[in-house]
Amino acid sequence: MTRTGAQILWECLEQEGVTHVFGYPGGAILPAYDALKFSKIHHVLVRHEQGATHMADGYARASGRVGVAVATSGPGATNMVTGIATAMLDSSPIVCITGQVGSKLIGSDAFQETDITGITLPITKHNYLVTRADELARTMREAFYVARSGRPGPVLVDITKDAQQALCEFDWEAAKPQLPGYRPDLSPAPKEYEKALELIHNSKRPVILLGHGAIVSGAIREVRDLAERAGIPVALTLLGLGALPASHPLNLGMMGMHGEAWVNHTIQEADLLIALGMRFDDRVTGNLKTYAPNAKKIHVEIDPCEINKNVKVDVALVGDLREVLHAMLPKIESIDRSDWLDLIDRLKGDSAVRDIQNLPDSGHLYAAHVINDLWREARGSNTVVVTDVGQHQMWEAQYYKHEEPRSLITSGGLGTMGFALPAAIGVKVARPEAEVWVVVGDGGFQMTMCELATLVQENLKINIAIINNGFLGMVRQWQEFFYERNYQATPLLNPDFAKIAGAYGIRNATVTQRSQVVPAVQSARQHDGPVLINFQVEQEDTVYPMVAAGAALHEMIRRPSPIVETAADE
Amino acid sequence: MLNTYVVYVENKPGVLTRVASLFRRRAFNIDSLTVGRTEKPEVSRMTITVEADHDQARRIEANLYKLVNVLLVENITTVPAIVRDLAMIKVAATHEARSHVLELASVFRARVVDVAPESLIIEITGGEDKIDGLLEVLRPYGVLEMVRTGIVAMRRGNKPSATLSSLETPAQTVGDDDLSQSV
Ligand SMILES: Cc1ncc(C[n+]2csc(CCOP(=O)(O)OP(=O)(O)O)c2C)c(N)n1
Repeated sequence: MTRTGAQILWECLEQEGVTHVFGYPGGAILPAYDALKFSKIHHVLVRHEQGATHMADGYARASGRVGVAVATSGPGATNMVTGIATAMLDSSPIVCITGQVGSKLIGSDAFQETDITGITLPITKHNYLVTRADELARTMREAFYVARSGRPGPVLVDITKDAQQALCEFDWEAAKPQLPGYRPDLSPAPKEYEKALELIHNSKRPVILLGHGAIVSGAIREVRDLAERAGIPVALTLLGLGALPASHPLNLGMMGMHGEAWVNHTIQEADLLIALGMRFDDRVTGNLKTYAPNAKKIHVEIDPCEINKNVKVDVALVGDLREVLHAMLPKIESIDRSDWLDLIDRLKGDSAVRDIQNLPDSGHLYAAHVINDLWREARGSNTVVVTDVGQHQMWEAQYYKHEEPRSLITSGGLGTMGFALPAAIGVKVARPEAEVWVVVGDGGFQMTMCELATLVQENLKINIAIINNGFLGMVRQWQEFFYERNYQATPLLNPDFAKIAGAYGIRNATVTQRSQVVPAVQSARQHDGPVLINFQVEQEDTVYPMVAAGAALHEMIRRPSPIVETAADE
Repeated sequence: MLNTYVVYVENKPGVLTRVASLFRRRAFNIDSLTVGRTEKPEVSRMTITVEADHDQARRIEANLYKLVNVLLVENITTVPAIVRDLAMIKVAATHEARSHVLELASVFRARVVDVAPESLIIEITGGEDKIDGLLEVLRPYGVLEMVRTGIVAMRRGNKPSATLSSLETPAQTVGDDDLSQSV
């Protein structure tokens, strides 16, 4: 069959099972847009290319399928950079397609020419420049394969305008990937298993550190079996939340910079860390010199580059987490570790007393209350919360109890403000039956709020909770702790968010009292269109506990005790 | 310690940039890098030397493997191998000095490849030490210009340095001491 490159592009996407793409047109990608008329694929017109990448990313994280974003050359392509880096650091499989100037013009600084493969080289898993139509089918197949296999990640395919226009033979079957150097399917040697089992069976105070890899590899059952069979408590990374139900008795909660104190203490007290699909990011280890000083370490990880990168481990099992656990489980002995679990209980100490949830209603509206009430109302097996970056993100992680994998979508590694709203659009497109909540700060919301138009245009039922504290809250918190409350450039002059929603025809409400939270959430859930709620919360509230950057993991700034008095008196 | 890698890569545009960019991005310092053709037209071969401790050396290898276009990586630092560098040295050689310089060149088994009234170009191939040695003795005469290719290396013996055919087996097993694919 003879096709233009542009037709081949869409047919390849269809072959890969793509039903939706997120994009924005322009000159160099116009031939592809023109050919869209032959395709069943639904194109979601975004308002900014960064939004397209976050949508593709949200789509991928919510579904496990590859998300696709499309943009033109030059500024269209460079606008994708933040979204690509976001997907890279969180191992999210997306394919970004960009138009490029004609192949004869490459290198001439032609109008809207940028070297996007050069620019994105360090922030993609792999990228391609396609200058001929007959290379397109194989390249697209490779791009999808590379994006989703092994440790997933973003792949960019830059296609020159003439390659989109040229005619050539199209045979999808014959265009097999040719990736002789790409080996995503590694597996550990048998003796590594033996070493790991020996460490596990000899350990008295083990902890499982559970990360995003558990969700990506679909090892939910296996992880739970391991924890239960061996009686090992589990601490989770931010991106691991949901990989073990929050209500599970062995689930300690989130570790790291804003993890609960007992979780971090448990890690510091452990004699064995079993890291599953996590990469010892500095946000979870604190100071490496003092990190888990008495613990042996086992690292189960698909990416060999992560082994011994931050933390030196005793045993490395390089491979797919699910497969590795599968192989290990039959040999796991059940061991009574009640002493260890009792100790952890004691470590919890007075944390619960200090909890903000114990505050009486003093007329103040705390973000933690909003999130906890949201959880009480909206929790359910098909609710997905998409958060932005900042204090609200940490409160969400602390006060929304995630029971299911893929029920929290958040930018972890890059910490990209502006992620939430567009990512939520991708989530809703991937899982139309899910109840989707955006939890976003007043700062981050303004970075990508143009995508409200996309949401309305696509007729998506998404609820948006703005946690409006009138500050770039997390940065203000750092200024409070480490810069003598010198609030440079963190107070925000905000628009009336309710009115903004109104301008898009989105139902809206503003909430200032705790008593209004539940009714507002209920009414939003009942409404069958999108709703935006502007929660005007306490302005100078603080996320506790906190491990200061560079401090040891157990040296936390704790909640004032008892917080009940101090906070209520203000 | 100076590690020497032999890296087989797909002979495609941009691959050198990917490799170089990897070293920059991960803050590993390349000491020398050479690229050239191999017995297979679709494969290029790089010899890379880089200062790294044991742990870093493993991570460099793992990172190289992570590049989609990298076919095979071999750390040959500790295996018997032939390692060669080529240098051209333009040395001042006036009438009186000329015979001394020629003598030195022959002691080092270097070749004179250009003769001009006031200078000579000497070509020398060998291990880095040998070249360093020649340079040192020529320096007093005045080294006007010098260029070195950086090293190329090949494992000794009749076993191919790395069997490219092993690429056809997709799944790999990673063990503690299995440096060729790994941690
Ligand atoms: C794109 C981007 N720019 C800057 C930052 C640095 N940063 C981290 S948190 C934060 C403040 C976020 O404020 P807001 O969105 O209002 O949320 P809050 O912390 O108040 O909940 C900033 C500026 C970032 N993470 N991302």
